[in-house]
Amino acid sequence: MARQIGEVILDLRNISLRFGGVKALTDISFNVREHEIRAIIGPNGAGKSSMLNVINGVYHPQEGEILFHGQVRRDMDTHDAAAAGIARTFQNIALFKGMSVLDNLMTGRNLKMRTNFLQHALWWGPAKREELEHRRKVEEVIDFLEIEHIRKTPVGRLPYGLQKRVELGRALAAEPKMLLLDEPMAGMNVEEKQDMCRFILDVNDQFGTTIVLIEHDMGVVMDISDRVVVLDYGKKIGDGEPEEVKNNPEVIAAYLGTQH
Amino acid sequence: MFYRETGQFKTSYGADQQIFPIRQDRIGIVLLLAVAFVGVPALGSEYFFSAILIPFLIFSLAALGLNILTGYAGQLSLGSAAFMAVGAYAAYNFQVRVEGMPVLVSFVLAGLTAAGVGILFGLPSLRIKGFYLAVATLAAQFFIVWCLTKFPYLSNDSSSGVISVPGVSILGFDFDTPRSKYLLVLTLVTLLALAAKNMVRSTTGRAWMAVRDMDVAAEVIGIRLMHTKLLAFAVSSFYCGVAGALYAFCYLGSVEPDGFSLDMSFRILFMIIVGGVGSILGSFLGAAFILLLPIFLDIVLPALSELLHLPFDGATVSHIQLMVFGALIMFFLVVEPHGLARLWQIAKEKLRLWPFPH
Repeated sequence: MARQIGEVILDLRNISLRFGGVKALTDISFNVREHEIRAIIGPNGAGKSSMLNVINGVYHPQEGEILFHGQVRRDMDTHDAAAAGIARTFQNIALFKGMSVLDNLMTGRNLKMRTNFLQHALWWGPAKREELEHRRKVEEVIDFLEIEHIRKTPVGRLPYGLQKRVELGRALAAEPKMLLLDEPMAGMNVEEKQDMCRFILDVNDQFGTTIVLIEHDMGVVMDISDRVVVLDYGKKIGDGEPEEVKNNPEVIAAYLGTQH
Repeated sequence: MFYRETGQFKTSYGADQQIFPIRQDRIGIVLLLAVAFVGVPALGSEYFFSAILIPFLIFSLAALGLNILTGYAGQLSLGSAAFMAVGAYAAYNFQVRVEGMPVLVSFVLAGLTAAGVGILFGLPSLRIKGFYLAVATLAAQFFIVWCLTKFPYLSNDSSSGVISVPGVSILGFDFDTPRSKYLLVLTLVTLLALAAKNMVRSTTGRAWMAVRDMDVAAEVIGIRLMHTKLLAFAVSSFYCGVAGALYAFCYLGSVEPDGFSLDMSFRILFMIIVGGVGSILGSFLGAAFILLLPIFLDIVLPALSELLHLPFDGATVSHIQLMVFGALIMFFLVVEPHGLARLWQIAKEKLRLWPFPH
């Protein structure tokens, strides 16, 4: 592959997250290198989604620190994370249902918009120029994801597989440095999964976007990811290249159960 | 067959992002504006202007304001009438207290004052949603009306808070006939509706709708919830405020705080529910439905009972009128819960194929 895996750009150090008495994450450390595809796997309730929520500032861990792009922080803030180039998709599709595909993607670029609401009210001039300029960028994403035919359709009317794709599009529209994908292939058939895998690999390859993904389909995870981290009951039980993780006895135990 | 985009190719994103991308729509809106600006003033009677068209336009503007807040930004509010009251009293005070204040400037200042008050009462929206927020905005409704009655300063020391506004005069031209007032209101409403349309089709509007549809995702994308919600409250209240100022200056001439009651807030809310939540056109259709239908029934029902020699007296007819009105509202909501604007949209989609079935 042409891409070069670079330095560590995200380093999570000793992250612990509690909700009242429930420990969601306990002392978890792992890192993500630039341009790599990093998978987080684990049984249900292992804390995978919580991990993503910590990375982009939806949850604030009680302990630990996060290093992102050379800056060490106690926790992230959603706005700062987005501004720093972290985009994500959600496990249960979180699109703006009443808006068209085009508007959803345009919303993904909101942080790049510079005009204010008074200029929008006037429309003519800067607001229109900006709108058209971003429309061009969004059309590139639409073209990339092959969703030209539905650009004006309200997303609520689209089938599940396409909604997943549009959500990826909304994240891509922001031209992120790092993409967090929460089960991008959940509930898809084989064909849709193949498409999604192709898009993920293409994004990584063409734009050099670093990708952190949660996925349950082991075949997919082992095929596309560079490194895998395994969580179980909020603890890290494995970390390394797919082959390594596959043969880790603790991981096998977590997935298949141990023999007593 | 005649209403379709066949043959109208878009060769630029600019052409694709016009307000009315289909040529027939553009012709339609130009005709509508021509009728409203030229045809109606030439033909309409005084009663028609002062009792029907002016209130229709003013309430359309208020409904538009509420639609921005509730329909686009998803924040339920029951305080629209109170924000109109703020606008009416602010415009009055700027006119009376500041020497030589141009009327239009006082309208804008009235809108800004209402926007400020709107932001204040929008603060709870940062913590609470839905019905709970609606209850919080009720506080605005009661508090503002109470303030206007309680503090004589706000009504220039008139008894029980009634204000009588001075005449409207712009650049030496007196807007003293219903026809000229109608033209003034129409101009302002047209401009504000255009501005609203422009806002909702650009980043501002998308941020509002994003917060409405999925606030967590909006936040993750980098939209600041506080800023977006308060902006919606401000813009919405600005529209209601200007509507209130026009209500006092161009419609009634003299208003009292109790005129801006909860009942009026509900009427404005019904307008957007019947007309279409989250639609500019819906605000106008809803205002027309809620305001004009009773007037229409008022004329038709007595005539009908006379024609059929039904033994109904006036009181019974007015009861029947209310029943018919209520039944029609329910009928339209059952047929199309998304309002009249959605019906219109469906009609247009059907019209594209007509008279062929596919």
